This record gives sequence, C-alpha cells and structure tokens, in this order.
Amino acid sequence: MQELTRDALLARAAELLENGTVDRVLGWKRGEFAYDVTPAVFKSADEMKESFVWGDFCGANFSKYLIAETKKSENKVLAFLKPCDTYSFNQLLTEHRFDREKVYAIGIPCDGMVDIAKIREKADGIASVDTNGDKLIVHTLFDGDVTLDRAEMLAERCTVCKSKKHVAYDELLGEEGDVVDSARFDEVAKIEAMTPDERFAFWQGELSRCIRCNACRDVCPACTCEKCVFNNPNSGVENKSPANSFEEQMFHIIRAFHVAGRCTDCGECSRVCPQHIPLHLLNRKFIKDIDSFYGEYQAGAEVGSRAPHINYTEGDIEPSDAVKRGDENA
Amino acid sequence: MRKLAITKLNDLFAAIAESEKLYIPVDGKTGANYELWAEGKTLSDALNTVRSPKDFFFPQTEDMMAFKTEGKKIEIIDTREECEDFVIFGVRACDVRSFAVLDNVFLSDPVDSYYKNRRDHGLIMSMACTRPAETCFCKTFGIDAADPEGDIVCWRVQGFLYMDAKTEKGAALLDKLASITEEADSDVIAEEKALIRARMEKLPLASLTTDAFGPGKTDTFFDSPEWKSLSESCLGCGTCTFVCPTCQCYDIRDFKTNNGVIRYRCWDSCMYSEFTKMSAGQPRLTQVERFRQRFMHKLVYYPERYNGLYSCVGCGRCLAKCPIQMNIAKVMKTLGGKAND
Repeated sequence: MQELTRDALLARAAELLENGTVDRVLGWKRGEFAYDVTPAVFKSADEMKESFVWGDFCGANFSKYLIAETKKSENKVLAFLKPCDTYSFNQLLTEHRFDREKVYAIGIPCDGMVDIAKIREKADGIASVDTNGDKLIVHTLFDGDVTLDRAEMLAERCTVCKSKKHVAYDELLGEEGDVVDSARFDEVAKIEAMTPDERFAFWQGELSRCIRCNACRDVCPACTCEKCVFNNPNSGVENKSPANSFEEQMFHIIRAFHVAGRCTDCGECSRVCPQHIPLHLLNRKFIKDIDSFYGEYQAGAEVGSRAPHINYTEGDIEPSDAVKRGDENA
Repeated sequence: MRKLAITKLNDLFAAIAESEKLYIPVDGKTGANYELWAEGKTLSDALNTVRSPKDFFFPQTEDMMAFKTEGKKIEIIDTREECEDFVIFGVRACDVRSFAVLDNVFLSDPVDSYYKNRRDHGLIMSMACTRPAETCFCKTFGIDAADPEGDIVCWRVQGFLYMDAKTEKGAALLDKLASITEEADSDVIAEEKALIRARMEKLPLASLTTDAFGPGKTDTFFDSPEWKSLSESCLGCGTCTFVCPTCQCYDIRDFKTNNGVIRYRCWDSCMYSEFTKMSAGQPRLTQVERFRQRFMHKLVYYPERYNGLYSCVGCGRCLAKCPIQMNIAKVMKTLGGKAND
C-alpha cells in the first residue's frame, strides 16, 4: 500500500500552485478503469481534484516528459517523482536534456507498482481494484470479488526494486528509504548460464514477438535523440517493421548498446511492451557487465557522473579481453 | 444448426484440418495468438488474441515482387505465394467486422490483389462472447457480440459447441462435418444470445455512443482545443495502430539484396513522424496532428467515405495496450460532449 494518499499529494500541489512556485503539475490522470492511468499536465487544483490519481497503477516515469514540458514555459512545472524516476531525472540532467531551474521536483515514496497483466492472469472482467494493506480486492464483472496478494501482483521491476531512496528532489514528502540490495541480476545470471544455443533460442523466442511499435524506445528516458537512426531515411537502417527475425535483433540490440552506461534500469521498456518482451534483461546484462569490468556504477545516482565508457582510466579492461570473453561464450 | 460436444473439439479441428489449413487461438507465454492447428494444440479461452486476425489478410510485412538485373535486362519476379484455402476459428464479433472495414479499402477499385487472394481463400468461423472484457465496446459500433458475422457462427453453451452457417461457403463446410456433428435445437442459442446481450448492457463502456461523430463532422472536431490535451502525453509509438484490427496504412519500399531488389510492403502508422512523408515534407508536423488524424479517421473520415461505417470495432486492444492508456474511448468521451456523459 502506498504510504502517501492522493489527497496528501493534491494538497501540496494546490499550495504550490496557489503560491506561484509552479504553474502546472505533471501527474497521473484517472481513466475509465482502475488501471488505465494517463500522464497529464494539470493547470489548476480544481483540475487535479477532478481527475488526479496516485496509487498502485501510477507506474509511468515522468522524467522524459520534462524535456518537452520545460520548453513550453518559463515557469516551473511540478513533477512527482518516485525513487526510480529520480535516477532517470538525474541522468537526463547529466546529459543536459532539460533545464533544472524549470522543475520543482517532489520526491514521493513508492511501495511498488501493480502489473495489471498479472492480475489479468487471475481474473477477467476487471471492473475495479482496491488496495487493502497487502491485499488487492479485484471487483469483477462476472465472478464477484477476487482477493489477491499485492506482493505477487507487483511489476517485475518492483519485485527487484533497486532503490527506495530518492537521488533528486526539491522537496520530499513522506519517509526517505534506502538503496536496496536487489536481486535484479539473478535473471541475467540464469541467461548467462545457458549454452549459446539455448541463449540464442531464448532471445529468438522473445524477440520474434516484436511488432516494432517502438513503444520501448519512445518511452525510454535514455532514448532522447531528436531523430532516431531507425527513423532516418538517410541512415540506411531505417525500418518500420521487422522484415525478418534478424532485424528485430538488430533494433533491440543496437538500442541496448546505445543506452549502455546511461540506462538507469527504470524498467519502462518492459512495462510498455505490448508483447511483454523482457527487454530490461538486455539492459541489465550491460549494467552487470559494466559493474564487473569497471566497478559498480549506477547511472543517474548523481548528476554529472561520468559513465565508465566515456571515462578512460589506465585500469580499464582491454578490448582484447572483451573479445576473448566473447569467444569463450561463442 | 449443428452441435458437437466440447470434449470432441479436437475431432472437429482434425476433420477441418484434413482438407484445409486451420488456425485457432492458442495460449502462449504472453497471451493468445492464432496458430496453425496441429494435433495437441488446444483452443485458448482468451477473449481476444494479442495480434488481431487482420494479419491473415493484411500481414505486417509481405514481399510484393522482386527485380533481378543482368546487364541492361531487368527481370520482374512475382513473389506472391500460392494461397491455399484456410479456416480461421474463434474470431470474435468485433474482429469479424474489422474484415468488412478492410474490405472497403482493399477490395474497392483498384482492387488489392494480394489482399483479395487471401480473402477469397479464407473461411471465418466466428465465436460469440459469453464473457466480454471490461474494455469491450463493440455494441457502440452496432456489433452484436451475441450473434457475430462470419461464414459459420459458433456458440459455446452447456458443454457443446453450436454452429450455424451464415454463408454458402460456411454451409458447405458444415455439410462436410455432418458425420461428427448432430442437428441442434436453436432454443438454447436464443437464451444464450439474451444472456450475452444483457451482459453487454452492463459493461463499463456500454453507454458510449457514436452520436456526436460520423459523416460531415470534420469541421465540428478538426479545430477542437481538446486534441492538444488528449495527445499531450502520447509517445508517438505505433502500438495502437499495430494492435488495431482495422488500421490499414502501409508503406512500400525497395530492399536491396545481394542479387537484386525486393519490393515489400509493411504496416505503417499515422503516429510516426515519417508517415506519408512527401517531397515538400511532412503534412502533420507535431504529435497533436498525428493523434488527431488517427481518431478523425476512425470516427469521421472513414464513415464519411464508406456509408457511415465506423472504422473502430470496439475490440478494446488499444485500451489494454497503449503505454500511456490514452485511447479511442477516452477521445470519444472527451469530444463527444453530452452524448457521452
């Protein structure tokens, strides 16, 4: 259950709108059902009272929206940031993607977000969902109420949460948490333990479902190129749909390389994938390798840190070692 | 009307597959999708497949032709694959209607021979929806989930699969299956239809109407200030268009291979910044215009062009899949004014 209530967030936002600190609020807007929450810009406390929500389905990370939003006005925008969102926030600042002065960031604690896809495996006709302590009460259209353990319905990224600590904010509401000793690399280790053939089959199975909707790229806070190479007719690799299974691998693997050292592991790519491809595992593999080759590095932990890839030191791993390692795995 | 015990479904599939390719929805790791039936594959209970059955007639990518050059000679090769007769089983009422929407586009002059080839060879066995989802709103578009269109309509009631032929093609297949099916009374189905229709009335989106939309409404909505806020958090990805059973835009490109050129077409999306790029540039410069295009096309332009038929079928896939949970139901409620309060 989330520590803060919707009303607590709303009250603080109303004050900041009232005293002129901000003139708009980036928040979550209620939908038709319990779970279809949309990121929205609220211009007044009245608007917020009508449709602002905070709860178990507010997974969307607002950091990337700040790039466009801060260009729209000279005034500050209020952004509510969960701990994992603050890492993306810092990483974008490191890359000079938006003007920090134009944002008023409020850190809010997060008790993990619920994955509607997991609920759908247990119940259909989901009329509404209530959180009651560590239980979720799912009100269904045909089967009455179904009670589920909230912990089991959490999104994968939340079951292996890396940090309850906010690494950026102007103001913190609620209790600050700690960096968590997360088991997030366990799945990667399992894939590493596969034989090359098994690993190839695993990824082929996952990536062959890709429909090239580009949602993973478009939601990714590390993918902020003005013009993506895959949208550029002059790049020679522009493509709108998977021509064959090789292209799917090319798109996702090039993207994983491109965000290496910059990906904070926020998990938005996997959250939005309509085909539930575990894309975060590609990024986590890169993070795990960076940790083991260069020492632990968490992108976005602070503003201005230099990722190992752009920070030459004499102790860096030799490229030949990486090649050798590739041979061993071949 | 014919019927068959659900426990004998496998016999039915085997009988159909004897003479034709049969595709059924099968549960996969992340939802149901159509798969070629083979012994051991069982029918999914899922309401909708993740990918819509439009793939059967309008696949995401297809080769149209190839060119081989030798000196100054160009050889043009027809790469079209021979299409065998096939049966798609378990298509929902919304998805069956999507074929009519696609037919208007691909079968009107000039006829798209690639699409027509597949359409001519396909037979649709539709399935009524006993347990609609909260995201369903086919009724909004005049679709009856209790009595779908299709060559053969199926209902699952009290341990039996009931089948009713609606076309000559469907009747011919049912005749072929006569030895494993039995004559059925249609009273059970009348009750089932009433039950389904009552359920449809109780869905969260049951009151959504198209009253405000349709032919002639371009000026009413084109400059609406609401488009800006509706599209504000749109990522510009193609999810809604690619899971949509009626989105029909495509692009044709040439792909250079080692020994020639392949001309292929693939789905395109009006959500993409390079969509319909012309020599003078882009007709829709920002996501606001791209977003507007998609919904105006579904709710105004298409009905204007095709006798009032809407090009949304209320399947609810975009409601379930949009990364930011913006969708046509929300657009209709926001723009539709009093009609949708």
